[in-house]
Amino acid sequence: MSAVPRSESETLRGGPAARRARPRAASAPGRLLWRRLTANVGAIIGLVLLAAILLIALLAPLLTPYSPYAITVQQQFRPPSSQHLMGTDDLGRDVGSRVIAGTRISLMVASLVLLLAGGIGVVLGIVSGYRGGVVDEAIMRASDIFLAFPSFLLAMAIVAALGPGLTNAVLAIGLAWWPRYARLMRGQVLRLRQVLYAESARALGAGDARILVRHILPNCLAPLIVQLTMDAGGAILITASLSFVGLGARPPMPEWGFMTALGRQFLLTAWWVPIFPGLAISLTVAAFMFMGDALRDLMDPALRNVGGGWSAA
Amino acid sequence: MTRYVVRRLVSLVFVLWGMTLVTFAVSHVIPADPAAAAAGFNAGAEQIAQYRRELGLDRPLYEQYVRYVGGIVLHGDLGRSVLDDRPVVQDMLTFLPASVELAAAAFLLSVPLGIVFGTFTAVRAGRLSDALTRAFAIFGVSIPVFILALLLQLVFYRDLRWLPAGGRLGVDVAPPHPVTGLLLVDSLLAADWNAFASALRHIALPAITLAIANLAVITRMTRSSILEVLWTDYVRTARAKGLSALRVLRTHVLKNAMPPVITVIGLQVAALIAYVFLVEVIFSWPGIGSYAVRAILGLDFEPIMGITLLFSALYLLVNFLVDLTYLVFDPRIEY
Repeated sequence: MSAVPRSESETLRGGPAARRARPRAASAPGRLLWRRLTANVGAIIGLVLLAAILLIALLAPLLTPYSPYAITVQQQFRPPSSQHLMGTDDLGRDVGSRVIAGTRISLMVASLVLLLAGGIGVVLGIVSGYRGGVVDEAIMRASDIFLAFPSFLLAMAIVAALGPGLTNAVLAIGLAWWPRYARLMRGQVLRLRQVLYAESARALGAGDARILVRHILPNCLAPLIVQLTMDAGGAILITASLSFVGLGARPPMPEWGFMTALGRQFLLTAWWVPIFPGLAISLTVAAFMFMGDALRDLMDPALRNVGGGWSAA
Repeated sequence: MTRYVVRRLVSLVFVLWGMTLVTFAVSHVIPADPAAAAAGFNAGAEQIAQYRRELGLDRPLYEQYVRYVGGIVLHGDLGRSVLDDRPVVQDMLTFLPASVELAAAAFLLSVPLGIVFGTFTAVRAGRLSDALTRAFAIFGVSIPVFILALLLQLVFYRDLRWLPAGGRLGVDVAPPHPVTGLLLVDSLLAADWNAFASALRHIALPAITLAIANLAVITRMTRSSILEVLWTDYVRTARAKGLSALRVLRTHVLKNAMPPVITVIGLQVAALIAYVFLVEVIFSWPGIGSYAVRAILGLDFEPIMGITLLFSALYLLVNFLVDLTYLVFDPRIEY
């Protein structure tokens, strides 16, 4: 599979020797993409933010100055200071440590939502597009119905039925979101099924599975990755919102939306308790949005030249 | 055109039917014990058994489904709230006007402003304004609406003391005689300026919160949609034959750029419903959102399902109407 994003990361890692070892065709688009990405201010903001957030998530246990769970009632409601950069909450827990620990949870939740929704969606979308006929019709009408629900409401109802909790929230959002990927993949497959190289492969005697995996799937990846990047932010937002109304994380989990919800009652006296986790959500979501936006513009040749203020700056 | 409307209507009915299948599955199939869920958290075994009989939950699923849809279609029956022991529909009628007022205020603020901002930045697609709009749009979309609400409360209530932090009306103000249930409208009808001022001050912060969240999306869509039209040949021709920029913008550019914007506004209704829920909780706004969250926290199951079905149907209807506006904007459309 000579997918563009894979070769992009290879370009990042690979030295000159590694580059020579790879076939030219695989690395050229990757390098081009990388060059364009670094010439785009939005992409740079997104990349830097995302890298920082990822690093924080990976190193979370090393970075937290205090235990995110340690309760010290004497330390209650300390305002931000050199000791507690983001202050302490009603139980004397260090808000900064909890925000750092929450990075992991949010990224994990976003990945799981996308894996679930993307997984269901991609499989159904490919089947729908490749099979056509009654199967296609059934899958698409089902996706119509799911898309007709505002996803927050549908997720809310499903979690309410399953019982509150972060795992159930992830499950619910996954169930509410699969049609967007099914639609996307179906469109891609329909487009690619007719292209020359798929037909040549068929003429050479390749089976359906081989054509799908070797020829169609790799070429669907670019739009899928753009969509997933954009939706990662949305996944964090909707989970935080579900937690905020009491359907997601349970205490004492340092989930950002839940921390904001619990801290809300102290807003007027100890604003740092709800505001810092909230800003963490905004920053993470913005990072994904910047990145997704930039990727979309770069991969869509029609958009690349419209109002190019960002890329020229 | 008639054929198009009829076809869309048929698919509308089909999707509505599909929605009842989904909500039925969520309320009757997913819960381990739907009767226990419907009876509420504190119900005893006897109460649950009674609920099971009453709701027919001991019958086969298809029978339950027929009963469920029949109840909705024939009697507008969306179940009963355990918390206040009233039919969900009645509760909704009580809480709906407050939500409608809030959502309408937010729309009236954000739609015109978003179209103006979007047009302005598209026409002056210079680097700085362009970059600023896009940055604003991304941050507007990224910041959770509940954080925005809290920040506005901090600034305008705690620090500046300009606006109240919650509620629909000051405690010392008598509510106007209810006609529409919308306090702003009712106080105007009663010429009660005191109540009107109070209602306006109370709706300001929640409406602005919702409007900002909405504004970002509409501005962004308007900008890109106008940019697509701005450099077309017919716009250049219109300018070349001497029409003023403003006139070209109004008659040629805006009219052609509007359909995608309207679609986005229709789709935004879904986000707005979610936002209204969150914002109502923060501003103690006595609407459907506060009602829903109270139901969630009290594990009161049927109101949640009722709200989901009703608002999803509403959302579907809005988008059906949006599709129909295409016929107005683009008479060429034939299906």
